[in-house]
Amino acid sequence: MKQQPVTQTKPFAITLDVGTSLLNKTGSWRTERPVYVDRLPPCNNACPAGENIQSWLGFAEEGDYEAAWRAIMGDNPLPAVMGRVCYHPCEGACNRAELDDAVGINSIERFLGDQALKHGWTVEPGASTGKKVLIIGAGPCGLSAAYHLARFGHAVTVHDANPQAGGMTRYGIPKYRLPREKLRAEVARIENMGVTILHDSRIDDVLAEKTNGGFDAVFLATGAQLPRRADIDSDGQVPLVEAVTVLRDTELDNPTVLRGNVVVYGGGNTAVDVARTAIRLGALSATLIAIEARQDMPAHRFEIDEAIEEGVTIVNLRSIQKINGPTVTLEKMVRGEDRTPEPTGEYETIEASVVVEAIGQNTDVDALNDIEGLVAKNGSVQVDTAMKTGADGVFAGGDMVPSARTVTTAIGHGKKAARNIDSWLQNTSYQPADKHEIAEASKLNTWYYSDAPRTIRPMLDVVRRTSGFAEVVGDLVEDNALFEARRCMSCGNCFECDNCYGVCPDNAVTKLGPGKRFAFKYDYCKGCGICAAECPCGAISMVPEEI
Amino acid sequence: MDQVPETKQKVKFYQTGTFTVGNRLLDDEERSVQATIDRSNSLDSGHRACQGCGEALGARFAIDAVMRATNNQMIAANATGCLEVFTTPYPETAWSVPWIHSLFGNAAAVGSGIAAAMKAKGREDIRVIAQGGDGGTTDIGFGCLSGMFDRNDDVLYLCYNNQGYMNTGVQRSSATPGAARTATTMPVGPEPGNPFTVGKNVPLIAMGHQIPYVATASVSDLHDLEHKVAKAMSFRGARYLEIFVPCPLGWGSKTCDTIKLARLAVETGMYPLFEAEYGEITGATKIRHRQPVNDYLKLQRRFAHVFKKDNEHQLETLQAIADRNIAKFGLIDAERSKI
Repeated sequence: MKQQPVTQTKPFAITLDVGTSLLNKTGSWRTERPVYVDRLPPCNNACPAGENIQSWLGFAEEGDYEAAWRAIMGDNPLPAVMGRVCYHPCEGACNRAELDDAVGINSIERFLGDQALKHGWTVEPGASTGKKVLIIGAGPCGLSAAYHLARFGHAVTVHDANPQAGGMTRYGIPKYRLPREKLRAEVARIENMGVTILHDSRIDDVLAEKTNGGFDAVFLATGAQLPRRADIDSDGQVPLVEAVTVLRDTELDNPTVLRGNVVVYGGGNTAVDVARTAIRLGALSATLIAIEARQDMPAHRFEIDEAIEEGVTIVNLRSIQKINGPTVTLEKMVRGEDRTPEPTGEYETIEASVVVEAIGQNTDVDALNDIEGLVAKNGSVQVDTAMKTGADGVFAGGDMVPSARTVTTAIGHGKKAARNIDSWLQNTSYQPADKHEIAEASKLNTWYYSDAPRTIRPMLDVVRRTSGFAEVVGDLVEDNALFEARRCMSCGNCFECDNCYGVCPDNAVTKLGPGKRFAFKYDYCKGCGICAAECPCGAISMVPEEI
Repeated sequence: MDQVPETKQKVKFYQTGTFTVGNRLLDDEERSVQATIDRSNSLDSGHRACQGCGEALGARFAIDAVMRATNNQMIAANATGCLEVFTTPYPETAWSVPWIHSLFGNAAAVGSGIAAAMKAKGREDIRVIAQGGDGGTTDIGFGCLSGMFDRNDDVLYLCYNNQGYMNTGVQRSSATPGAARTATTMPVGPEPGNPFTVGKNVPLIAMGHQIPYVATASVSDLHDLEHKVAKAMSFRGARYLEIFVPCPLGWGSKTCDTIKLARLAVETGMYPLFEAEYGEITGATKIRHRQPVNDYLKLQRRFAHVFKKDNEHQLETLQAIADRNIAKFGLIDAERSKI
């Protein structure tokens, strides 16, 4: 009675076509129709450099690190640098924080940037257009503009007043946050695309240089280096110096004044950088005087925490009134209703060997006043939405124009300026694509995402941190970088999980195959809305039918 | 029954693991039938089930999985009920598998007969399914079902449990839960709709027959459901699989909440997912994020009265039932047992 194994695949006993229910178009029952949509992920929306973060995380989670890196390079030429120094507003916006923790986007960017340096991945410049662009300043903004213009095929020459490229990423950000070989390697990659960077080359007359060099357009990205000064009454017995000078001298290995009891005045990241640098240079103590309450300090939380771990003392709600010999007089402040510190008239004193002011910088606009049409006010250069100044063919960006003054904003300005310069050189105007509606957390069905806590990056031991300039925050290794990338929820954009295809009681979804997503069979869709309710990432919208 | 192993092996960590229907990062053998582009669609479009029907969904999930497990060599006998009425109004049929109509109460007997015929013809490679709703299974067809179990006939019986006679106007069945309002159990004052002291648990009764395989599944957990169908088809003899299928019409719920309700029934402990072999429980699907029963009940109008003043005891009883299921079937690991 044993049968041979049956290999036929046609259902048993089916010989005739049945009268199929497909004749019954149940789509006519519908009052709402499901529609596939793409929504803007909050990380992409928050990125000042305009990175398509979700897209490159998508490549990274499949282990295609080169494709992921190339997706970053479409917007940001310095991933290894930005994976270290960016304050990652993307992570602050990440919807995953409502589930467990934000995706460690910054650490994955750093991993990808380092992979590119390790494997020597490069980007090709565009076909030559014959146009020449002059860039003043080789900081992150100038470098970003140079890179993007080179990709458009324009010939770029960058002049920088400093001995090496990098701007504030080199002369403002200490080595323990950004090892210089990473910066050097990413700058070299841009130079290898044909960009000329001239060091120790300060340009005093921009328009003359433009004419003499035969440049078609100019991009100004000189940053903001003029320190703001507080009104402090000092008898001059202890040095009163500026943060930018101290950080620059440290970078140039010049003898620095950070000895004895170092008092830093300011509550921002630069102030924290100076205090942490003082600890590393062997200061007896480093005290940060911030006028704001702890929770209102502009410095980032993790920078403050790391500084405290390393032995920096933070004194909040104090302003420096005067310096008499080694005695610094502080006025106590209280936190006012709108969080503004208000003076109390009560005073106390501390001892200092040196006082460093770190209360912000302005742009040196004097050198630019000769350019006809260019408007500078409140210490920054005025530009329109196309990053163009009032002067013909002169664009500006980065810290020198009104902005958030972060490295990431500078990278974004460089890209935006490059696009606008490219359009201007072709006598057109750049039209940015329309933005999709934002994929808010309420649009997701997060039940479907696996429980997965964030991967914490290793930290260098405190003793080793305080005795040198080794990098504090460690790398992710490949295993945990992959894990971290896979925590992305793909907010607002279909990642082909097949849920809609599976959960439809009416079999009214067609699967189009890998990468092609899905289509609704509106002939049969009854509009129950299960697909939209069960879409993990919020990529289906229910739209009322016209009845 | 305190230490029960998990029914499914853990998969490697991926973005959505096996929680979604598909996952492009999973290995082939971990992917579901429903995620494949060439699945059978045994129950095709154009059927006349209500919007958001859980039973239509559960039937496609289960029969497609049977088709894969049997290399498409199967016959289904169908009890009268919603599933039959909405799929086969003459002359149309939504079934693209060999399918035979039976009476309300004799699907199990028809299945037994087909299995006997196949045996006589030496075609035991063709596997037999009998299926019906909870009314046709737990009430009207119960004698035939118990007989099929008793004789250990080679049939997989699929019961789509939507907790009532929905096709005929939402009357109570012996699978209707306590406190639920139906056309025949209307709540009056402090009295619940369906009394708490009645009804039966057919999966446990099926286990009492010592048949090779008994399991419960839910349309909210596709991978678990398909795993149980495949497991059932790996046995010969009588098998019983009950699938929890919410009914928007009978329960008074939103059509888009069908999967959500099925998920909440599992996560509150109201519908425990477990499997048993030869009368012994062999595994329970763990609750992932435990929820209070209120979250499940408040989405259904059939339970609206339990939230009225002076009816708190009904709510407490329902929570106690859920808590008891969690303890009895080991639905939560000990260290996570607090809400």
